[in-house]
Amino acid sequence: MVDPDTAEPDGARRAATEARDRVRFEEEALALADQVYRVARRFVSTREEAEDLVQDTYARAFRSWQSYTPGTNLRAWLLRILTNLNVDRGRRLQRRPDETPLEETDYYLANRMAESAGEQVLDQDRVVERLSQDSIVTALSSLPDDFRDVVVLVDIGDFSYADAAQILDIPLGTVMSRLHRGRRLLKSRLAEEAVQ
Amino acid sequence: MTDCDKCEELLQGYLDRELTDDEVVIAEAHLNGCDYCRRRYRFEESLRVYVRTTAAERMPPGLMERLAQLRVTDAGATPI
Repeated sequence: MVDPDTAEPDGARRAATEARDRVRFEEEALALADQVYRVARRFVSTREEAEDLVQDTYARAFRSWQSYTPGTNLRAWLLRILTNLNVDRGRRLQRRPDETPLEETDYYLANRMAESAGEQVLDQDRVVERLSQDSIVTALSSLPDDFRDVVVLVDIGDFSYADAAQILDIPLGTVMSRLHRGRRLLKSRLAEEAVQ
Repeated sequence: MTDCDKCEELLQGYLDRELTDDEVVIAEAHLNGCDYCRRRYRFEESLRVYVRTTAAERMPPGLMERLAQLRVTDAGATPI
């Protein structure tokens, strides 16, 4: 009896292996779609833009699947495509971090809440729920693009500093400084909205 | 710089688990003895969880099907 696998000519076997790899790639990429969308949604202002961005990302990913190295972080690879597409679209505000106002310190939001409601308010488990969902989404979208990219990747997408650096193609130190400044700005904006 | 200022400076890196071992020792020693900073540590910790959950929007219905249609392989005909 002839084993059909070994009986195949090399070329046909290679093609079959490649087809299997490609199916697996597509399925693994699709399994990450919800996580990719969550990040995309906070990069842009409308749901429609986020859907377009994710569709363009997957169209490009499926075409250039061979440039993905199996075993590496596929979610980061997809986000790298997505952030590049988002920059190419030119919808970003392009505001330079240097031109943004100085943010308050790390404790600012907690301090403002403690000033307005008393220090003990911070002992409440659900104190953060005094902030509305709208105010958080609005505050995130008001961040300068360069800061928001890093805050969204790390704080919403749960990427490490190193992954964020690779996705955005910026040095690790830049990730850290933008993240720290972005989070402080976010808290300044939240304090403006939440504490009258 | 007071100990609380130092703690404030270390807190984000501490929550990110990106501090050096020496910095972790400094931060934890201070947090153990300081109500003021411990309250703010807990606040920052729960703020992160809250931001993550409130800002996370699920994929709209229908998008998965449209993505599956972009597949190049034959398997694209049957969405997973």
